[in-house]
Amino acid sequence: MHRLKESVPALAVIAAVIALWWGTVLATHSLIFPTPWAVVTGTWELIENGTLWQHISASLMRVGVGFGLAVCVAIPLGLWMGWMHGAYRTLNPLFQILRPISPIAWIPIAILWFGVGDASPIYLIFISSVFPMIVQTTVGVHTIEKRYLRAAENFGVSRRTLFSRVVIPAVLPQVVVGMRIGLGVAWLVVVAAEMIALHSGLGYMIMDSRNAGNRYDLVIAGMIIIGLIGLSLDGVMRLLERMRWVRWRYAP
Amino acid sequence: MRPKIEVREVGKGFVSDRGRLEVIRNVSLSVRDGEFVAIVGPSGCGKTTLLNLIAGFIAPDTGTIFIDGAPHSKPSLRGILISQQGSVFPWLTVRENLMFGLNGHAAGSTLADRYAEIVGLTGFEDSYPHELSGGMLKRAELARALVVKPEILYMDEPFSALDALMSLRMRNELLRILAKERHTVMLVTHDVEEAIHLADRILVLSSRPTRIQAAFDVRFAHPRRLSSAAAQDLRVAILRELGVDHDDPA
Repeated sequence: MHRLKESVPALAVIAAVIALWWGTVLATHSLIFPTPWAVVTGTWELIENGTLWQHISASLMRVGVGFGLAVCVAIPLGLWMGWMHGAYRTLNPLFQILRPISPIAWIPIAILWFGVGDASPIYLIFISSVFPMIVQTTVGVHTIEKRYLRAAENFGVSRRTLFSRVVIPAVLPQVVVGMRIGLGVAWLVVVAAEMIALHSGLGYMIMDSRNAGNRYDLVIAGMIIIGLIGLSLDGVMRLLERMRWVRWRYAP
Repeated sequence: MRPKIEVREVGKGFVSDRGRLEVIRNVSLSVRDGEFVAIVGPSGCGKTTLLNLIAGFIAPDTGTIFIDGAPHSKPSLRGILISQQGSVFPWLTVRENLMFGLNGHAAGSTLADRYAEIVGLTGFEDSYPHELSGGMLKRAELARALVVKPEILYMDEPFSALDALMSLRMRNELLRILAKERHTVMLVTHDVEEAIHLADRILVLSSRPTRIQAAFDVRFAHPRRLSSAAAQDLRVAILRELGVDHDDPA
């Protein structure tokens, strides 16, 4: 009941935006821009003919593979760079140059290297999500409080124990932050990548709906679905913050 | 008799933006086995640096530190440091923290629970540090140090973050434990009363570059009455060494 009460202002803002949208479309007698109800019926149409699930699962598959690969590379690399000063000094300048390059700028290279299949968007997702995770993990290792490392040194634990029982748990909250950022970027990028030369996915669905008969009801339906899935993915990542070795960071 | 700790002509400086800062100059001292030595001195004089040197966390520029007659340069289980900030791992439970230094000891869990009991943390073995009060956290830190049976306890203003009542309670707790378990203790504190309450000997450091300015034996038996005339006289003498007049309102 309390949570419902807390949600009332947010729901009221959403309702106001929908009302404004609806009112504006009716007042301007727009023939192209859809009303919210047209978006609902358009979404239902996509659900009924089964294409919505195909597009959602295609996008999720690409994000899953690209992001999964990025996690497998970024976390060990970030730990290594954080722990070994030589590795940091050697690799950090390169990553700092590559990091600000927009994933969109990589599209021509991705098509050149991987063609127009699934590999290109997967590569784009990988390249866009790997850097935030490397940076967060590295920063996480660099910012471990010295008092904990000193205590471990005092107790004479092995390097393996130091890493598994001190370094990794101390860094995990930062890793999770990096994963949240990385997944958010990955979801942004997959939609952009699918707008180019692909035949499935939510990005493709949006472009196809516009190109094939100005179906802006489906364009907006696609946009809203992208937003809701993005929110759900972030919710899943937030569940990681409840993990035993992460939640200490968020304790009052 | 050979001292437990011997500091021989130790010096230490640090490089700062304003050049080299000499913190400790030619300090020599020795601590007997089982003795409780408190180090007091003006703020920033290098008390913590001296303790870190003795514990092996930093290396001296000059001089040598001996433990049981052997040169000592690295921290080890023989001497555990308890710092003001505390270093109980927040991602481990109390029991796991206590077992941390036992390195897979077969009876680790039993030992951990026993020391949790000794410091009055029974019932909180499975709690996380963020679920404990400041005083309980200090107890956990003390238990984690004691469970590995160190010969020396290095204590750097261990109770200064606690309120006065909790600090007094922790001091009594420490004395109770030390009456049962033999440890050599080096305590750094800015609290002269705390030093008189706990220590067998009090060393007063000068301002930087620090050296030992005075040493006082504390000959009263435990439990000590800090309000006694002798304790008050000692307090005044120590404060005078620190440059504070005893009736100074500050």
